[in-house]
Amino acid sequence: MTGFNLEETRNLALGTLAVGVAALLPVFDQGFYLAICVNIMLYAALCTAWSLFSGPTHLVSLATAAFYGLGTYSVGLGIDTLPYPVLVAIAAASGAVLAGLVGAMTLRISGVYFVIFTFGLAEFVRQVVTWLQTKFATAIGLYVFTDITESQIYWMLLALTAAVFLTGFLIARSTLGFALQIIGNDETVARHVGIDTARAKIVLFMISGAFIAIAGAIMAPRYSYIEPPSAFNPMISFLVVIMALLGGTRRLWGPLVGVIPFTIMMDFVSSRFPNHTMIVVGLAFLVIVYLIPNGVTGLIENARARMKGADTVAREKTA
Amino acid sequence: MNILVTGILLSGTYALIALGLTLQYGVARIMNLGNGETLVAACFVAFWLYTGLAINPLVGLLLIAPAAFLINWAIYAVALRPLVKRAKNRGQLEADSILATFGLLFLLQGLMIIGFGGDYHSYTFLAQRFDILGNSYGLNRVVAFAAAAAIAAGLWFFLYRTRQGTAMRAVAVDPGSANLVAIDVARTAAVAFALGGALTACGGALISTFYTFNASMGVVFTMKALIIVIMGGVGDVRGAVLAAVILGLSETLVASLVDPGLTLAATYMLFILVLLFRPQGIFGRAPT
Repeated sequence: MTGFNLEETRNLALGTLAVGVAALLPVFDQGFYLAICVNIMLYAALCTAWSLFSGPTHLVSLATAAFYGLGTYSVGLGIDTLPYPVLVAIAAASGAVLAGLVGAMTLRISGVYFVIFTFGLAEFVRQVVTWLQTKFATAIGLYVFTDITESQIYWMLLALTAAVFLTGFLIARSTLGFALQIIGNDETVARHVGIDTARAKIVLFMISGAFIAIAGAIMAPRYSYIEPPSAFNPMISFLVVIMALLGGTRRLWGPLVGVIPFTIMMDFVSSRFPNHTMIVVGLAFLVIVYLIPNGVTGLIENARARMKGADTVAREKTA
Repeated sequence: MNILVTGILLSGTYALIALGLTLQYGVARIMNLGNGETLVAACFVAFWLYTGLAINPLVGLLLIAPAAFLINWAIYAVALRPLVKRAKNRGQLEADSILATFGLLFLLQGLMIIGFGGDYHSYTFLAQRFDILGNSYGLNRVVAFAAAAAIAAGLWFFLYRTRQGTAMRAVAVDPGSANLVAIDVARTAAVAFALGGALTACGGALISTFYTFNASMGVVFTMKALIIVIMGGVGDVRGAVLAAVILGLSETLVASLVDPGLTLAATYMLFILVLLFRPQGIFGRAPT
């Protein structure tokens, strides 16, 4: 790996500064704002991790809820016997293994199979977990009692988000990132220049799945009671897709642009109009597909490109 | 034996729903994830016709099918044709149509939840005993199966014995070449999408005669239909019917021998087997 160039150094410095500022939040507020910022930080981590895979490959993954639930369950099952950091590591490993299995089965064939498989994956895992629990355990739910505070959850999520960003940054600099860029542009070309496209995608999906499972493990103490329908809530998958696409997946920070306004809006809608959340989600999908297919950051970039184009035209005219 | 017959009876309606989806995906190239919502809407319409106006669901089909045809035509013309025009390649159309039909899925589901609430609905229609080989089954299930079989046979006749149907199969194989032999691809795709919607709605109306339904169950049916379509091979009528029978049987087997909560898990195991051994579908040829 070569040294960082000027732009990369600047981005790293800006990122560190942003993390530092965000880390101060619990000092100022412990109530409502911290609660909503935990949600924002959670979706920031989930959406950025989702975009690590779905951004370059253009494959819509709906498996987020499955990885997330696996993460919360790893903590729920082991909290009485193992130390918390070990459980987080187990969560990451199980997320990566599940992603690897799904990837190995579907990503070698064609994109649409992958989408369909992930569509029902959370429900599949939920049914299996419920069945195993009714068969081998006495109760369906699990209690998670820890002395982890809301502020600590926030800091852990912040650290996770920072780690996802750093990983994305490092992937982009690596051979894997270069391979993915070619795959994203034209998969046939990628295959012809000797890139093992399926392997690259599977590795990336495993990284993404591990991060999402960690997010679930971090959130587990906040729920204190875990049961399959809430841990494997399919809505998580859909919200992640919407927020990430709303922001745009061309840039690493793109999903963040969608996460902040949409989390605040969903919080407002689900508290004031709980019966209308479905309709809002549906409309959000339609707006993204028809009006902003490249996300908000895509719009900004296009506008910038157009301005630059206008600039050069103007300069050519004056010259 | 009991399980076998129950499974086969169940698979009749599954086959109709999957045939609807396979037309929409195979011919119109739209992966319609809102398909299950068409089914649920048809359930509610059949329920309303029967309890409100005392119209027999089988007669109701004559109203529901044309209505679903028109509505799906409108959805295709308004919402999906712009995506078809915009798409540079098939991959992009797939991604766009998946997201757009997700939007439709949630929108329709949200509207139905507001309209009907989240409660389960059902009505009693032909709840009599019917004996097959010594065991008794609900007459409504048998009638629904017979009606589904008749509709599927009609579809087979249309696709394999009429010019329009042949054109539809040609578009399914290769839209570019179909265009060269003077087939109006855009119109055929629209008809296929609308016809697919009508078939799914028929499946919904039939299923409502023996099944308790609610506004949010569409997704599960979409999932099952998707697995049937992939198992049978996209756009393949025989494959879809056979896959529906396999799925209905394995579901009934797992529900009655292992645990009723594992029906989707059972279909997923089938899905995994298909992905591992015959990703091109039961009758599909290996891609060259």
